[in-house]
Amino acid sequence: MGDHGRFKGCIGVSQSLIQWFRYASPQSFYPLAGRMIPWFWAAAAVFGVAGLWISFFVAPTDAQQGEGYRIIFVHVPASWMSMFIYLVMAFWAALGLALNTRVSGMMAQALAPTGALMAALSLWTGAFWGKPMWGAWWVWDARLTSELILFFLYLGFMALQAAIDDPRRADKAGAILALVGVVNIPIIYFSVKWWNTLHQGSTINLTKAPSMAQTMLWGMLLMALAFWMYSIAVALTRVRAIILERERHTEWVKHALE
Amino acid sequence: MHWNSVGEFFAMGGYALYVWGSFGACVLLMVVEPLLAKRRLNEVRQSLRRERLADELDHQSGTS
Amino acid sequence: MKALLATVRRDILLALRRKSEVLTAVFFFVIVTSLFPLGIGPEPVLLKKIAPGILWVAALLSTLLGLPRLFAADHLDGTLEQMALSPSPLGLLVAGKIVAHWLLCGLPLVLLAPVLGLQFDLDASALGILTLALLLGTPLLSLIGAIGAALTLGVRGGGVLLALLVLPLYIPALIFGAGAVEAHIAGLDVGGHLSLLAAMLALAAFFAPWATTAALRVALE
Repeated sequence: MGDHGRFKGCIGVSQSLIQWFRYASPQSFYPLAGRMIPWFWAAAAVFGVAGLWISFFVAPTDAQQGEGYRIIFVHVPASWMSMFIYLVMAFWAALGLALNTRVSGMMAQALAPTGALMAALSLWTGAFWGKPMWGAWWVWDARLTSELILFFLYLGFMALQAAIDDPRRADKAGAILALVGVVNIPIIYFSVKWWNTLHQGSTINLTKAPSMAQTMLWGMLLMALAFWMYSIAVALTRVRAIILERERHTEWVKHALE
Repeated sequence: MHWNSVGEFFAMGGYALYVWGSFGACVLLMVVEPLLAKRRLNEVRQSLRRERLADELDHQSGTS
Repeated sequence: MKALLATVRRDILLALRRKSEVLTAVFFFVIVTSLFPLGIGPEPVLLKKIAPGILWVAALLSTLLGLPRLFAADHLDGTLEQMALSPSPLGLLVAGKIVAHWLLCGLPLVLLAPVLGLQFDLDASALGILTLALLLGTPLLSLIGAIGAALTLGVRGGGVLLALLVLPLYIPALIFGAGAVEAHIAGLDVGGHLSLLAAMLALAAFFAPWATTAALRVALE
């Protein structure tokens, strides 16, 4: 009896596994992504409105940096997301290499432009924060410099994928590059930090704002959630386009467009 | 709420250029990027529809 | 091991028959480093300060020059496919090619750097540190570069793309390599810099041939 129950449990587990793997095929992932996108947009809007409300109307004025500090409510989430998206991209890339699932490579390809956008936004807002606080648009601060290098890594990934015509080869080459990048990012970050301390960088730190109030943290968190949901929504939209582009000669695509 | 007037809100304590420059760039790019992604999706769909239509027309003229 | 040495020997022999390719990279190194004093001015104090950075950046760029050819010729005449099918593991052969690349493109830079350092008014001990740092750093550049060369093999716009992929990954080597010489000039201990360079070299020696092999297999598919 007990054996029987365990057997049944096994079947249940393997069935749910099969359910999950089903979504690894472009054919079933395409409609799934389509159904999920509106929900992520809604979540992004809700978190975004709440985050903006806190960042402009609830969070108090900073004693040292005045109202200018409010830039961190977009700067920090953009920086977080730029790093996080690279990790997620490398994760999909590794999954694609290990399991040879087609959707993984497409996911990695769909995430890269959004990651690059986040890195660009982080650099842009960092410059707009630096001008009033440090008196210069660009300072070779460890964080900004690492962000710049991360931006280059995204550009390299996108350029490599764009240069290879065969999509399967592009996926695999991109995956190897993303994994090499992921190994290198901590080394790069550490070396830039070391370089910065040796050359006596700036003493004010963007994220360690003095007396970081609880409400500021909440604002940052909500904005980060909004950026996160936004990134998922955009990446899913892009992955749908990539799926259709690559699978255009298959039978299911002909029926997918009602 | 610590803003006394709308003007004060937009002035951002003298940091208007920097605060609105940052938030504005974020809003702008985060509107443009989804539109571009959406357009790419629509373009593929359009071309696929056209392809299917051409197939159907071929089929019809072949049978008749 | 024998296969590795045979590959090294073969690549060096091939390169020696076409000397111009090796010499181009070396001349590039010499010319670029000599351009900087002309652009900046001959003031010794300033030149001494910027020397480590200039020599290292020039070394990065001239290593980059030789990289597109690392696998391209063998790819074109089909040797690379034979290598992938041969009984000895591809990883070993790739390691041999990387060693040969370093001997041809990296070692000459190491040997030339002290001479070029004289242009920048570096003293004998600083020149020694520079050479030592380059000796640890240039193999690292060859190892990382090989991954990029394999990824861009046969891809359109390969050369420029290779630079875009590889240069960001070179940054740690640049920081610690140039940093070692700067620290020495400033009278600081350079042990930390050099041991970090050596650690990165060890890490790259372990992972880079493996990643390069994987990238080559993708390119050959």
